[in-house]
Amino acid sequence: MTNDILLELAGVHTHIGRYHILHGVDLAVRRGRLTMLLGRNGAGKTTTLRTIMGLWRRSAGEIRFDGAPIGALATPDIARLGIAYVPENMGIFAELTVRENLLLATGPEGFDEARLEAVLALFPALREKWNNPAGSLSGGQKQMLAISRAIIEERRLLIVDEPTKGLAPAVIQLLIDAFLRLKSTATTILLVEQNFHMARSVGDDVAVMDDGRIVHTGSMAALAADEALQQHLLGLSLASHQ
Amino acid sequence: MIARWLSLRAGDWAPYALLPLLVLATLPVMSFSTWLTLTVAGFAMGMMLFLMAAGLTLIFGLMQVFTFAHGAFITLGAYLAVSVFGALAGWSSATSWALNLAVLAAALAVALLASGAAGYVFERLIIRRVYGAHLRQILITMGGLIIAEQLVVAIWGANPLPLPKPASFQGSLIIAGAAIEKYRLIAVVLGLAVYAGLHLLLNRTRVGLLVRAGVENIEMVEALGYRIRRLFIGVFVTGTALAGIGGVMWGLYQELVTRSIGSEMTILIFIILIIGGLGSIGGCFTAAILVGLVTNYVGFLAPKLALGSTILLMMLVLLWRPRGLFPVGAG
Amino acid sequence: MRRGAAGPLDRLLSGDRPGTPLLSVLLLLLLAALALAPFLFPGTRSVAVAARICIFIVLAASYDVMLGYTGIASFAHTMFFGMGAYGVAIALAKLSAGWGAVLLGTVAGVLLAIVVAVLIGLLSLRVRAVFFSMITLAVASFALILATQLRDLTGGEDGLTFSVPELLRPGFRLAAEPVLGVPLDGRVITYYLIFAVSLALFLLMLRIVNSPFGRVLQAIRENEFRAEALGYRTVVYRTLAGALSAAMAALAGALMALLLRYNGPDVTLSFAVMVDILLMVVIGGMGTLYGPALGAVVLVMAEYYLQPAMAGLSGALAGWPLLPALFDPDRWLLWLGLLFVLVVYFFPAGIVGKLRERAP
Repeated sequence: MTNDILLELAGVHTHIGRYHILHGVDLAVRRGRLTMLLGRNGAGKTTTLRTIMGLWRRSAGEIRFDGAPIGALATPDIARLGIAYVPENMGIFAELTVRENLLLATGPEGFDEARLEAVLALFPALREKWNNPAGSLSGGQKQMLAISRAIIEERRLLIVDEPTKGLAPAVIQLLIDAFLRLKSTATTILLVEQNFHMARSVGDDVAVMDDGRIVHTGSMAALAADEALQQHLLGLSLASHQ
Repeated sequence: MIARWLSLRAGDWAPYALLPLLVLATLPVMSFSTWLTLTVAGFAMGMMLFLMAAGLTLIFGLMQVFTFAHGAFITLGAYLAVSVFGALAGWSSATSWALNLAVLAAALAVALLASGAAGYVFERLIIRRVYGAHLRQILITMGGLIIAEQLVVAIWGANPLPLPKPASFQGSLIIAGAAIEKYRLIAVVLGLAVYAGLHLLLNRTRVGLLVRAGVENIEMVEALGYRIRRLFIGVFVTGTALAGIGGVMWGLYQELVTRSIGSEMTILIFIILIIGGLGSIGGCFTAAILVGLVTNYVGFLAPKLALGSTILLMMLVLLWRPRGLFPVGAG
Repeated sequence: MRRGAAGPLDRLLSGDRPGTPLLSVLLLLLLAALALAPFLFPGTRSVAVAARICIFIVLAASYDVMLGYTGIASFAHTMFFGMGAYGVAIALAKLSAGWGAVLLGTVAGVLLAIVVAVLIGLLSLRVRAVFFSMITLAVASFALILATQLRDLTGGEDGLTFSVPELLRPGFRLAAEPVLGVPLDGRVITYYLIFAVSLALFLLMLRIVNSPFGRVLQAIRENEFRAEALGYRTVVYRTLAGALSAAMAALAGALMALLLRYNGPDVTLSFAVMVDILLMVVIGGMGTLYGPALGAVVLVMAEYYLQPAMAGLSGALAGWPLLPALFDPDRWLLWLGLLFVLVVYFFPAGIVGKLRERAP
């Protein structure tokens, strides 16, 4: 049923300069579920996310959020629909303190105390570094900050780009727990990942990209169980791709 | 070893040490009273330069608009001061502090409003259409500068115009055996006040928070839902307004206003921007004072080098830190 | 740039034909006018204007190599112009006024220009583009300061006056009788020297920008990132382009010194000259070489002949507020500045671009 789908891309093409990156992407992100977007480097995953957020303009196709077209909106207006974006480079502001980084993600009334407490309980390191410039945080802490910023206020959709890149296994586990906790609140999430352990732990649905198109969609469970399919789609057994 | 330990504790402390180091290093090579006079002069010049450069560092750093026309707004401020002082000549020549302050305040207010308004028109008419096209921005704002200078001459004439300081601002106070010009102290006070105001604005308000974040990563600010580009016009107008009052103060300092008073400062301002880093008000403040001090110290110690000394300073800083002393964000 | 059959004209112009009939006619007229200037427009002043046009064609074209073809906005170009001029000026002032001194001065100026251009080019490696433009402004200013401070060498603010080789002196006569009513004196010889060298340098630049090297420059201008990815070391190419541009400017400077028999900071190093060059290249049309040539003509002519027209207009408007001041002949730069801004907005390809656009 279509009102099951929160975010929908239909035939989306994106050009960057003279380069044709997305060749007709069809993607459906179902409400309340975590959709994984997998694929090799250069497949177009980041471009897809940026196109959804309006940071790059689609050259053709439709993007619909909760049924309404958003392809022509400016980035701030897309964000105001309740979409939070955590980019690949985390996008935290190094010169601003942890507190200020989070404050930016709140509305005019500032922090919701209860929600802030919940987030800090999830990532205690942030409480420690509350008044330190964000640039002084470790890689893992920065990622926690980036994700906290996305959830400090209630959002309808979280779009996250490779959160575990370059992080230690312990931190990755922390992130997995955080995502599982988020899922329990029925938040809709679109997650790009290369780490299959992460993907398998949290993913409900999966879409695989190659060369600017979606080449497979289905349930995560089904993909995880099918090694041959994994080989075919991603060129190697994902179990080895930790 | 000590440097490394310091780095680990205090982050990048080296640039901050430059100012106190410079001030202390020159103390032994001249008499105390000379040192005091020059240091105050350097701070005063630095403050005035800060007024002129502060807006531009945000225009370059936040808006990524590379305008070479900033000098025009400085010139406008200086010429408006001539007109205001001319209209209120009685207030300026009177020896009453109150009247003198009043005429200065009037000139500052007029320059602030007029340069701000001119900045608004300039942004809407000229800058608006070349966002993102850096080369065209440079070219077109150069053209704007040329036009502005010619207009100034058409209105006020080609001859340099005198702009004497108000009566009670002339002369010096004797402090610790050194003659400290009263006007320089006023310049320092004004500069500090503006810096304090900007600092509060940037660090205690939501708008300031957006500006500081936007200088680092404007896309992310938009992705957080802020229509930050709407702030641009405000930032631009604030910058040109500040340039205007910088022009008033500088014109009074020089006591002579010429058509190129603004464009002469352009090179110094660029040097301050390069040294201080684009988008950092604190960096701009430090760099401006550095330039003011260097100009005054070298002017005394090696007059022949004086004019080129700031350029040499810029080169040295760039060799050390290619992105400036306090680079912000993506750079 | 249309490729016709590779006839002698094409080889001369390195395949870079004007492209449209109107433009070709204009350029031909220009060439004829300059070639025959002393005979068509006799009189010291007209010949001087023509010579100035020749020199500025070279200067503006050399700037176009940087700005139009490579996409680099440098404001230090007048410095190189000054280096050539001062090279010749100092040599002729300090040494005996012979061709040896001219050669020495020219070579010294050109070499210095190349060395400094290479240093600046390497600087661009370390700093971002807008910093680079700002730094070139500071460097040019520094050069101006140096020239005014080093009085013993450069004559300071007053500049240097010197004698030129005998062949070029006004008193020299090549033939006893005037030809076509024009005496063949040193001035005419100087003019033809300048004309010939300018023409040669212009054709040389045409050849270079139409070579594979020139195409790489344009690729870098379009998309530096891509050019790097394709394997071109952009810093090397930009530095070479800068060195070439600087050398040409220095040569133009040498010619200027020979023309004026004088050189001072205001003639070559002032920001006013930089503004002129900028106007010429942009109004004429960036990235075409023919554009700066036309732009040079427009600007030099405006400087000399627009002003009387403005004076007339200003007089006619006497009594109106502000208007007479706006049309005062000294305000000719105001109108050129306006033209410049309009061109950047509406005709970014300049005169030449507009003309070529109309081609069927």
